[in-house]
Amino acid sequence: MTALQACLLISAFLFAIGFAGAVTRRHAILVLIGIELMLNAANLNLIAFWRFGPHPEALTGFIFVLFSMAMAGAEAAVGLALIIAIYRHKKTSNLDEVKELKG
Amino acid sequence: MIWIIKNLWLIPALPLFAAGIIAVNKQPARKLAATLAIGSLALGFLLSLCAFFATLGHHGDGVFREVFSFPWIQFGGQWMDIGWVLDPLTAIMLVMVTFVGMLIFIFSVGYMAHDDNFMRFFCFLALFAAGMLGVVIANNLFLFFVSWEIVGLTSYLLIGFWYHKPSAAAAAKKAFITTRIGDLGLLLGMVWLYAETGTLNFYDGGKGCLESGALATMLTHATIGGMAVSTAIGLLIFLGAVGKSGQVPLHVWLPDAMEGPTPVSALIHAATMVAAGVFLVARVYPLMSIGGIIGAHGVPVTTSLTVITWVGAITAIFAASIAVAQNDIKRILAYSTVSQLGYMMMGLGVGGVAVGMFHLITHAFFKALLFLGSGSVIHGCHEEQDVRKMGGLKKYMPVTFAVYAIGMLALAGFPLFFSGFWSKDEILHSAHNWPVSHIPFLLGCTGALFTAFYMTRQVALVFFGSYRGNEEITTHDHSAHGHSHSSDSHNHDPHESPAVMTVPLMVLAGFAILLGFVGTPAWPWFGGYLTGEEFKFDFSRLTEPGTLGLMLASAAIVFTGLGLGWCLYGKRQRKTVAEKDVLETAQPFIYKLLENKYYVDEIYEATVIRFNAFAAWLCDFADQWIFGGAVLLVKYITIGLAWLYRLTDEYFVNLGFDTGCEALREGGGGLSKLHTGRVQTYLRVIGVALVALIIFLIWGRKA
Amino acid sequence: MSPFFIITGIVTLLGAAFAMSLRNLVHCALAMAVAFSGIAALYLQLDAQFVGFAEILVYVGAIAILIVFAILLTRSGEAPEKSVLTSGWMAGIAVSAMVFTMLGWAVLNSSAIPKETPPAPVATVKNVGDALMTKFVLPLEIIGLVLTAAMIGAVIIALKEESKNENPGRKS
Repeated sequence: MTALQACLLISAFLFAIGFAGAVTRRHAILVLIGIELMLNAANLNLIAFWRFGPHPEALTGFIFVLFSMAMAGAEAAVGLALIIAIYRHKKTSNLDEVKELKG
Repeated sequence: MIWIIKNLWLIPALPLFAAGIIAVNKQPARKLAATLAIGSLALGFLLSLCAFFATLGHHGDGVFREVFSFPWIQFGGQWMDIGWVLDPLTAIMLVMVTFVGMLIFIFSVGYMAHDDNFMRFFCFLALFAAGMLGVVIANNLFLFFVSWEIVGLTSYLLIGFWYHKPSAAAAAKKAFITTRIGDLGLLLGMVWLYAETGTLNFYDGGKGCLESGALATMLTHATIGGMAVSTAIGLLIFLGAVGKSGQVPLHVWLPDAMEGPTPVSALIHAATMVAAGVFLVARVYPLMSIGGIIGAHGVPVTTSLTVITWVGAITAIFAASIAVAQNDIKRILAYSTVSQLGYMMMGLGVGGVAVGMFHLITHAFFKALLFLGSGSVIHGCHEEQDVRKMGGLKKYMPVTFAVYAIGMLALAGFPLFFSGFWSKDEILHSAHNWPVSHIPFLLGCTGALFTAFYMTRQVALVFFGSYRGNEEITTHDHSAHGHSHSSDSHNHDPHESPAVMTVPLMVLAGFAILLGFVGTPAWPWFGGYLTGEEFKFDFSRLTEPGTLGLMLASAAIVFTGLGLGWCLYGKRQRKTVAEKDVLETAQPFIYKLLENKYYVDEIYEATVIRFNAFAAWLCDFADQWIFGGAVLLVKYITIGLAWLYRLTDEYFVNLGFDTGCEALREGGGGLSKLHTGRVQTYLRVIGVALVALIIFLIWGRKA
Repeated sequence: MSPFFIITGIVTLLGAAFAMSLRNLVHCALAMAVAFSGIAALYLQLDAQFVGFAEILVYVGAIAILIVFAILLTRSGEAPEKSVLTSGWMAGIAVSAMVFTMLGWAVLNSSAIPKETPPAPVATVKNVGDALMTKFVLPLEIIGLVLTAAMIGAVIIALKEESKNENPGRKS
């Protein structure tokens, strides 16, 4: 097993954990946490490939991850704002009860 | 005189215009109506005289005949002509019809003076005159038939003139229907004639259907039973004459036609319309007479003429016997007319055109005279028509009595001075010489006896004795005549008629005497005129053995009849109305038979009328059930189809569509369950999709 | 594949596992912060120093704090009464297991894995800055716009709706 494969396995595992949490837990914030974990797993993947890929001096993967983190921050902000707005409206943060789009 | 031939159409056209003008006049304009009608007929008389003079003087070189025809209407590629012919037959009929018609019109002015429907009467009379004159001048089958039908129509209108009387309406219907049966034969004969000869014109410069070319063709063709076509057509046309002229068996309408006003009876059913049948036979005489053997005096003997003779003879004796037992003054005269028409037909059959036409002309005058005289009597007796209630009118109505007596003697055939004697004698003379059989001659003699008898009876009952009209009528019923006169006693005595009624009578009486002299054997002007033969005044012909003997024999018959009548009715007058007739007490069974007209009407009622009613019922049944049934069948089929369509529509179309929609909805409903609205479900699906994608990519690449 | 690497990996995974499975939400947030730190350590080991520190700055310093604030604002600090698991959680576990299996198998059996390790790159801040300003200037600007939009959007979404709440009787 090369270092790359190890890193990739770790990121895959992290992704699976994040995914499991996102689809299993009831609370909306926990789903967001799971999504952040998945994002981080993807970032790890990217860095691993940048480091062990053909042209690390181009810094392509690196910059990509930077932007990805910026996006993750923006997305977390908006997502939490949404959760707060929904909490205000429906007095609950239980995802099972937010099903206006049913049907 | 070519202008008269071209303008011959004016003679029927003038009364037609008069009828039209009278018809469109709203307010009662009696003077106008009478003037128009009489004036048109007077003008027609003048024109007829011109035509008559045009035909005179042509004896010796064949019959004078001038034809004028012109193409009138186009049928497909063929032109149909219309035209008129002027020959002695036409001319003599024109003069007779216009003259007698004019006199009767003048009489009607007085007779119908109290009637409210004066205008209508004169309109119909003028229309009738137009039709009759059209019949006379027609050279064309089409014009002839149209005019014939006009005559029939106006007869119907005039018989039923007082239409609110149910008996009058029924009589009009009977007349029309009975003559219609005859007209059917006429129509068939005419159509066949046209089919055989290809032309509608009678005389057409050699091409006409009564000229020798066409006649020869028709003689050679044979039809059913081996009869020559000319015989068959002749018999069919004779059927028309049987209907119109009241021969047995279609005579039943004529006595009932007395429901009409007396001028109508005089004009139509004595002088003119019934004579139209005789005229028809005279007109198509070339057709009837071709192909037979030539009998005595050059008279041909053919099948058609034999049939005509027999029918005429039977009619003569039949009607004369019925007239003996009638009690209505007009009915006696009606049966007398039927009998005389039989004589005319017989004369045509045994003696030719001249013999028959001579009797027709003389009969027209004295029968019109008798009818008008009876009208005067009825008018004077305040609309009384039963002879048992008259009597002794000689002293109340002398003028009427005088002219009536002249007419009666003419009809009976009083020798030498009265026209009836000469004309009837011609007929008997020819019948005596008929090679086929002597029976018509014997029937004719017996008929002459009856004629003299019943006329004497009538005159004796009406004019002699004492007036019986003032009696109380207790048990006598009025069914013999239909007049709306109250039955309580009336004390007015009869009065003489006004001059407007008696002057025409006197004119007619004059002619009844004088007209006989144009046809005596000594000076057979009439026969020569009609046939174009040469003749001269020769007294010696009177004393030829056959002729003289026959004249003596017929004179004896007449005197016997007159004497018998006078004995039974003149000398021993009946005292009361209800007393039984002399003959009735003597021979009650025969009298009853004669009084009820041999029950002919009843026989017709039981057979023909019943059959007609049955046929009508059958047709109604067929119409209701068969045609109606077909319609109902279509209706039910349509309803059934509609029900089927509805079924199809509801269950197949609708259901199919509905089922499709249901399936769609359920499918959509099923699919919409994917939209749980729960985010985590969506995420799971995405996860599954991711796995699937990876598998697909890897295996796809590997493969 | 030094041991330090393995330990860091295990710590990260444990932290993530705890973040996903603890009952109390605050504990989850803290576990998540630990996971983020572990990832940062991994970044450092992979010669991506700037990314590692940026990770700590952004994730632990901002996002984790943000999540804690959100927990505060949604009053989720108390222990929930009912189960923490959503309905149909078994399907979720199954799906994630499938995902991991697929990914792991792909990684282990992939033929695109290079055999030799290239030398460590020089990813100094200066190089990063140069790259950002020259080669990646467009994404940089766009990221700026996106962040601005996200910020404004978050503010608006989370804004209290005063008109409806203050005067419920007055028609708007």
